[in-house]
Amino acid sequence: MEILNQWAFIGIFAVMAPIFPALPILIAWVLRPSKPNVLKSQTYECGVETVGDTWVQFRVQYYIYGLVFLVFDVEMVLLFPWAVAYNRLDFFAFAAGLLFIFLLFDGLLYAWRKGVLVWR
Amino acid sequence: MDCPGLCEALVQGGANPGLAQFLSLFVGVVLVSGIPLVTVIVLILVERKVAARIQDRIGPNRVGPFGSLQTFADLLKLLTKEDITPTAADRLLYNAAPLVSFASVVLIWAVIPYTPYHFGADLEIGALYFVAVASLGTLAIMTAGWASNNKYALLGAFRVVALLVSYEIPLVFALMVPIMLAGTLNMLDIIYAQSSMWFVFMAPLAMLLFAISSQAETGRAPFDLIEAESELVAGFNIEYSGMKFGMFFAAEFMHVFTNAILLTIFFFGGWLGPLWNEPLIAFAWLGLKASLIYFVFLWVRNTVPRLRIDQVMRFNWFFLVPVSIGNLLLTALLLKLMQELGLAPRVLQTATLGEVLPMTLVLLLANLGIIALILGRLRTTGRSERLATGGGAGSMAVAAGD
Repeated sequence: MEILNQWAFIGIFAVMAPIFPALPILIAWVLRPSKPNVLKSQTYECGVETVGDTWVQFRVQYYIYGLVFLVFDVEMVLLFPWAVAYNRLDFFAFAAGLLFIFLLFDGLLYAWRKGVLVWR
Repeated sequence: MDCPGLCEALVQGGANPGLAQFLSLFVGVVLVSGIPLVTVIVLILVERKVAARIQDRIGPNRVGPFGSLQTFADLLKLLTKEDITPTAADRLLYNAAPLVSFASVVLIWAVIPYTPYHFGADLEIGALYFVAVASLGTLAIMTAGWASNNKYALLGAFRVVALLVSYEIPLVFALMVPIMLAGTLNMLDIIYAQSSMWFVFMAPLAMLLFAISSQAETGRAPFDLIEAESELVAGFNIEYSGMKFGMFFAAEFMHVFTNAILLTIFFFGGWLGPLWNEPLIAFAWLGLKASLIYFVFLWVRNTVPRLRIDQVMRFNWFFLVPVSIGNLLLTALLLKLMQELGLAPRVLQTATLGEVLPMTLVLLLANLGIIALILGRLRTTGRSERLATGGGAGSMAVAAGD
């Protein structure tokens, strides 16, 4: 019950959290002037008219960073239990952790050698 | 059913137990989330004053004594500003982004222990919850950039997401060190584990890595590619005006202070200090430590020039990530060796100073050794790079950027 109570708190908190920023925006919506016109609500790109579509395919570089990040993110999720239980385990735990990190670290080395981590 | 305090009083007053529990939780939520909202008003003024002093200005001093009402004046201005939504924007996502951005920071405060007895939720996985919730902010930035349908905004958002996502890796690897030492993800237990020795003495390198990456996570100088005023006008929030912009702004300020508090909890013993059993004194200790760290964050922000995007990414992938992984492994090795030899206690929460001292000394020396090695290596590579580019002035000018 105690654990459930803590998570109920998080649940209510998650519902309330977007309401706090929504309140001032709502108050501003009542108070502020609203006189839109065609020129005013154009896309602002330094006064130059927009050329072409914004929502196009973007550089593959960002995708590669995303992939490398994903590898490490999964690694971190799996390392959390290892870190928490570490004090209670014997020396083998260190060897297991070392092996696991090494497997992913040479993924980083591979990406490094391929040169995909260099921003171009 | 567990129902202390306000909940108990409501039940005795004749309320339905379920409703009473909900109401007491609700009041708790409002109180806990009210703290960051009040703090941010003070933070904005503090930030402006400190920045002004560092830049040899006076800062806001007209509205109220010492400019103390400046934030309220700004708030009124933002409330009455016209809010322009570009016709090309995706309205739903455009309006949702500031809410998510602000909420992602407020949500972290749910697990922060303010005193030994006052906290929002005492989760067993508090630290993991922090990592999960904090990455919502990245989502908000991407949403804002995409929904604005503006090329500068989208470019800014792409860069920022690449930056935030990359710096999350050293952040979490650095966070893993105090978790491993304390053997728990629970925020309260992490603090109790430091009752005989703060983790900053056992893992100073992890503390530095955590501080650097959290500075990057907030998008502050020297990592403020989010804004990059000279290149991207304002980055992802270029199309936002009025209170919606204000929400992004407030979220950033709050995020910096939240990071200062988290650094305090993970490395500087949270509310530990003389007389921490008194709630008010414990709260004061937490506030004092967090404010000092916040000041250091501001100091760095106002002193260091902005780096270029390629330098920032190189710094992360070729420096912070390998160093943080190496640091984690070295700490794990030394910790296990000492535990096997019986020099280190397996449960820090109940250990005395005498039991903790040998492991602290070994870990501290190892950390200082790595730091010395890194600094030595940086000096030699820096020197050879300067010689290759012909004189120190040239490379410095490139680093200063705009």
